[in-house]
Amino acid sequence: MTLSRRRVLMLAAGAAAIPALQLFPGSSFAAAEDVAKMMADFSGGKEPQTGKITLTAPEIAENGNTVPISVDVDSAMDGADMVDAVMILADGNPRPEVATFHFTAMSGSAAATTRMRLARTQNVIALARMADGSVYMDKKEVKVTIGGCGG
Amino acid sequence: MDRISLAAGTALCLLLTGLAVGKAFGDPVDDTLEIDGVPMIIRTAAPDGHPFDEVLSGWLFREAETRATQEDSFENPGMLAVERGAEIWETVDGTMGKSCASCHDDAAVSMKGVGAAYPKWDADAKRPINVELQIDKCRVENMGAEAYKFDDADQVALTAFVKHQSLGTPMSVDLSQGDLQAWWDKGKDLYYTRTGQLDFACASCHEASMGKYIRADHLSQGQVNGFPTYRFNTAGMVSLHNRFRGCIRDTRAEMPKAFSDELMALEVYVTWRGTGLSVETPAVRQ
Amino acid sequence: MASAPKPRVKVPKTASAGEVIVIKTLISHEMESGQRKDKDGNPIPRKIINKFSCVFNGQPVFSCDLDPAVSANPYFEFSARVPESGTFTFTWVDDDGSVYTDEQSIKVE
Repeated sequence: MTLSRRRVLMLAAGAAAIPALQLFPGSSFAAAEDVAKMMADFSGGKEPQTGKITLTAPEIAENGNTVPISVDVDSAMDGADMVDAVMILADGNPRPEVATFHFTAMSGSAAATTRMRLARTQNVIALARMADGSVYMDKKEVKVTIGGCGG
Repeated sequence: MDRISLAAGTALCLLLTGLAVGKAFGDPVDDTLEIDGVPMIIRTAAPDGHPFDEVLSGWLFREAETRATQEDSFENPGMLAVERGAEIWETVDGTMGKSCASCHDDAAVSMKGVGAAYPKWDADAKRPINVELQIDKCRVENMGAEAYKFDDADQVALTAFVKHQSLGTPMSVDLSQGDLQAWWDKGKDLYYTRTGQLDFACASCHEASMGKYIRADHLSQGQVNGFPTYRFNTAGMVSLHNRFRGCIRDTRAEMPKAFSDELMALEVYVTWRGTGLSVETPAVRQ
Repeated sequence: MASAPKPRVKVPKTASAGEVIVIKTLISHEMESGQRKDKDGNPIPRKIINKFSCVFNGQPVFSCDLDPAVSANPYFEFSARVPESGTFTFTWVDDDGSVYTDEQSIKVE
């Protein structure tokens, strides 16, 4: 059987349709500018340093609806060595903001765990703002998989 | 003519993708599960005549974070439904002014081990009866209340509560009751029958491809010991017949009605396939 | 879990003076993100718990501003320094203004 040129083109179009179908039609995701603006607002324009804050997130999220994440900031939470707040952002969600934890002298430690939603594979960013205004950052890429079944 | 080529191209692409993914195989993890100090039987020798040597809980096929969420009965969001069920247990409903507690008292005592022995034979209806239908029967006959609509939030919560009283107890169906054996036969037949546009049988995924990945889902043996289950997917409780229907929908087949003869036969058979596994309700799954 | 939001909290019953304990909280809530659409394509309005706070004997311990990216049935784990016996009060605020609370006391021995 000889393939007409038309047949070949149609076959190719069919094959190309598959990756296209996997795009999320009609939805928009956070612009990088939104993420940058939120980080700047939170840090008062200060450039975040690495260190002090550890963000724990799974490498692969079994389901994007419920992804456990933890933050832990190395701080005595006493006197001048205090964490004011920790902000969590997701740079690939429709909107980047996730949660902001507020700590006090009564917190005992600047550590918290919660569960978040991730629309797709992306970076989760954790920013810690210390009482003295310094800002620290940690970032983890979380792969969000598409299950095979059960919708 | 062109539509066929388009479809052929699409199918070719899907086939190639499917082949690439289908090759991946993952062993279930080697881990133990204890909930509130109760050891769970998550792997055990299969009963005679079972296609597998060992029956494995779906818990073993999930990622570490998912498994951890089930281990802690405080962190397990399914326990919210169990607590709701406990409330319903105490709530008077129906014309006879009774609650479940009026007859069954403390569920931790009266319902202990009960959920692990269902489905049973209902001599009145001459068909198998599961926990949901037993609750309905009690409500109608003993409380003068209405049967729940399928998947009513209260039905799911109360079923989860009752099943949870059997946490840890190994599942076992007594096939000698009534005609349960005949329903088991029918269920087995259904389990191995390919249906739907995707031409899958339950066995296609849960037996022939157990341990493989379907896209990113790690295929388990498709056991029922954890239902109603808290699923991350829907961030809510999922009942067994809801899941049966969902699986069948995903093979692009017509979905049988919940509690239909088909699904009751399937429940009898699939419960048997997990004989010996602890009731994990409310299990946590993806 | 479509019924009224139910909070549950896990606080140790006792602690030594100054000890830092771990507290876990959960509340049943759909956390409707505002991103979903109904069958007819109309957006389902956002309705989430937007604030959680924990206070001990009137002193703020920990709080969280939640956005729609927090999962349904919001879960938190955090710590608290316990100076003396007293009561933890937990508060969840819904977008619609509803406030849910729970309390747990702790004894310092």
